[in-house]
Amino acid sequence: MSQEPSRPLADMSVTEDPDVFPEPRDVDEQHFDEQTVTRARQIIARYPLSRSALLPLLHLVQSVQGHVSQAGIAFCAGQLGLATAEVTAVATFYTMYKRSPTGEHLVSVCTNTLCAALGGDAIYAQLSDRLGVGHDETAGEPGEPGSVTLEHAECLAACDLAPVLQVNYEFYDKQTPESATELVDALRRGERPAPTRGAPLTDFRTAELELAGFAADPEIWRAAVNSPSVAEETLVGARLAEANGWQVPAMPDEVPLPAVPEKK
Amino acid sequence: MTSAGDDMTERSKLTPVLTRRWLSPTSWTIDTYLQFEGYSALRTALSAHPDQLIQLIKDSGLRGRGGAGFPTGMKWGFIPQGDQGAAAKPHYLVINADESEPGTCKDIPLMMADPHSLIEGSIITSYAIRAKQCFIYVRGEVLHPLRRVQNAVNEAYAAGYLGKDILGSGFDLDMVVHAGAGAYICGEETALLDSLEGRRGQPRLKPPFPATSGLYAAPTVVNNVETIATVPSIVSGGSDWFRSMGTEKSPGPKIFSISGHVERPGQYEAPLGITLRELLELAGGMSGGIPLKFWTPGGSSTPLLTAEHLDAPLDFEGMTEAGSLLGTTALMIFNETVSVPWAVLKWTEFYDHESCGKCTPCREGCFWLAKVLRRMVDGQGTPADVELMLDLCDNILGRSFCALGDGAVSPITSGIKYFRQEFLDLCTEQPGDVTVARPRQQAELAGAHR
Repeated sequence: MSQEPSRPLADMSVTEDPDVFPEPRDVDEQHFDEQTVTRARQIIARYPLSRSALLPLLHLVQSVQGHVSQAGIAFCAGQLGLATAEVTAVATFYTMYKRSPTGEHLVSVCTNTLCAALGGDAIYAQLSDRLGVGHDETAGEPGEPGSVTLEHAECLAACDLAPVLQVNYEFYDKQTPESATELVDALRRGERPAPTRGAPLTDFRTAELELAGFAADPEIWRAAVNSPSVAEETLVGARLAEANGWQVPAMPDEVPLPAVPEKK
Repeated sequence: MTSAGDDMTERSKLTPVLTRRWLSPTSWTIDTYLQFEGYSALRTALSAHPDQLIQLIKDSGLRGRGGAGFPTGMKWGFIPQGDQGAAAKPHYLVINADESEPGTCKDIPLMMADPHSLIEGSIITSYAIRAKQCFIYVRGEVLHPLRRVQNAVNEAYAAGYLGKDILGSGFDLDMVVHAGAGAYICGEETALLDSLEGRRGQPRLKPPFPATSGLYAAPTVVNNVETIATVPSIVSGGSDWFRSMGTEKSPGPKIFSISGHVERPGQYEAPLGITLRELLELAGGMSGGIPLKFWTPGGSSTPLLTAEHLDAPLDFEGMTEAGSLLGTTALMIFNETVSVPWAVLKWTEFYDHESCGKCTPCREGCFWLAKVLRRMVDGQGTPADVELMLDLCDNILGRSFCALGDGAVSPITSGIKYFRQEFLDLCTEQPGDVTVARPRQQAELAGAHR
C-alpha cells in the first residue's frame, strides 16, 4: 500500500503565492532526489510564510542523510531563498539536528534530576561503558545496521515513568541498567525491540521523516497511530476515581452563554 | 452540607474532566471522542457570538495551565478585533505543546490519550479570537504524541470539523501540526513564535505582546495544551459548573503529575487547592516509607518546598504564599536519600544547556553557577561559594531577558534557603576564603576557562 510514497500526513490546501514562496534554486541532485524536492515543496505549502518551513525542512534533510550536512543546509537555503549562514544559525541552535552522521538508532537517556535520582545516571554510565562511546558518539559505523548513537537527554516529559530512555524518540519506560543494556545489545544485533509506549521501532531516519510530516508508508503509519500508549501511571488517577465512585459535579442541562458584552 | 458542590468537595478527591476519557481502550480516536459527546461543545460555540465565548472563559476564571497562570479569557480579549490597524491582519492561534520543563509530564499523556479535546478546544478558541489558522507546536522528541495529534487533525478534517465552512457555520479554520527540534526555551511563548517562523528560538522583547504582534507580527494567542483542552468542558458545563471545582481565584480541575519517590506515581486530576498531603495519600505515600525531604510544586523552575509545606494549597495563591509557584503542577517528590546540592547541580546543568544565549545574565550566570556547583559537589568548594552563588543568582533574577533565568535560580536559592548546611557540609575541610584556595583548586579554576 505504498502507492503514494510522498503522501503528506496532513492534507492542506494552500494557494502558492510566488512572492511568499520563492523559487527553489540549486538542488544538489547528488544528495537529494526528486521525491525530497517534492516533499520540501509540500512542507513549504503548509505555511503562510515560507521560512516557517525551515525546522521541518531540516528534519527532512536529516531523514535523507542521517544528519544535517553542509549539503543539507544548502538544500534548505535553496528551497527557502535564504543564505546558508541563516540556515546554519538555526540548525546549530537545536539539539535534535545532528552535526555528524547518526547511527541507525539514536538512544537518548534522560539524566535530568528526577530520572537521574531513580537510576538514569547509572543507566547512562552503563550504556556508555557497554557501547564504548560518550555523549553524541556512535558505536559502529554511522548509518550501518546495528549502529547506535548515544546521548544523554534533558527531561523527556515522562517523569512518572522514570527512569526513561528513548530510541528514535519512542519511549522505553521504567528502565534499569540491565534492561537498557539488553535493549542496546539487541539494537546492535540488528533487532528492534518494541517501545513501551509508541510505534514499532523503525530507525532514526524514518523518525526524522515523520517529524518532517511524512509517512514512509500510510498503512504502517496508521498502525503506528494505534500502537500502545497506555501506562498504569497515566491512568492511575482516573482508575482511582472510578474505583471510589468519585465524579465531577453534574453539568446542568441548559447552560446559557453570557450575553455579548457591550462595546466600550 | 448545603449544596451539591459542598457534597462533591467532601467526597470527590479527584475530578476527572480531562482524564475521564483516558480509560477507554481507543481513547485517541474520533469515534471514542464522539461517544463521549465530543465536538458537541463546538456546535454550541459555533452557534454563539465569538465575544460570548471570550466572556464565558473570562467568567469561568480559567487560568493558563502552562505555568504562569495568566487568565485565559483576558488573553483572548486582548486580541484586537475589527477591520482597522493590527486588527485587520490575520489572527493566529498557536498551541504550546513544547512540554519540556523538568518534572512536567501532563500534556504528553494528554496528547497521546485524548488529542481530540485539544483539537476541539483549538477550534473553539480560534472561532472566539477570529483566527483562521492554528498551529500546534509539538515538542520534537515525542513522536507518539505528535502522530496522535496529527491523526486527530486528519480525522477532524475528514469529519468536517476543520477546513472550509465548519458545520455549515461559515467559519473556516486550517490547522498545522509543527514539530520542534529540541530546545526548552521554545516553551517561552515569544521564543516559540520565533521558532515557528523558522528562526533560532530566542525570546522577543515585550511589549509588543503576541496579542498585537505575535506570529508574523500579527495578533496571536499562545496557549498551553491543557488550557485549551479544558475549553470544551467549560462551553458544555458553563462557568458556574467549572467554578464548582477548585478555589475562587484558581478555579477548576487540574492534572497533577506526581513523580519520584512515591508508591504510585502518575497523573491525578484534582481540583486546584488540593494539598500535597492529600495527593500523597492518593498516591500511596512515600515509597518504602522513606520520609519526604523536598519537592517541587510545578517543575524545576518553581522553588523547592519541604515537608513543612505539605498542607499548603496547591493553587496559584497558595504556592506563592508558601514562597514558591504553582507552575505546571509537576510534583517531583524526593526522599531523604537525595542530596540537595546534587539535585540542584543537575537542574543547573540543565539551565546552562538550555539557556538560549541571548542575554548575558542568564548565559554567563548559568554557566558559572553550574561550574561552582560542580566544584562544590566534587568536594572542592568553600563556604564562600554559597555566598558567591547567591550573589550570582541575585544578578540573574529579574535581570535576564525572559523567565528562563528566573527559573534557573529557583532551585539554587530555595535549596540554600532550606538546606544551607548541606552545601556547607560539602566543604568542611575547605578554607572559607576563596583567595587562599589550595593549589589544586586554583588549577581547576584556571581549567574552567578552557
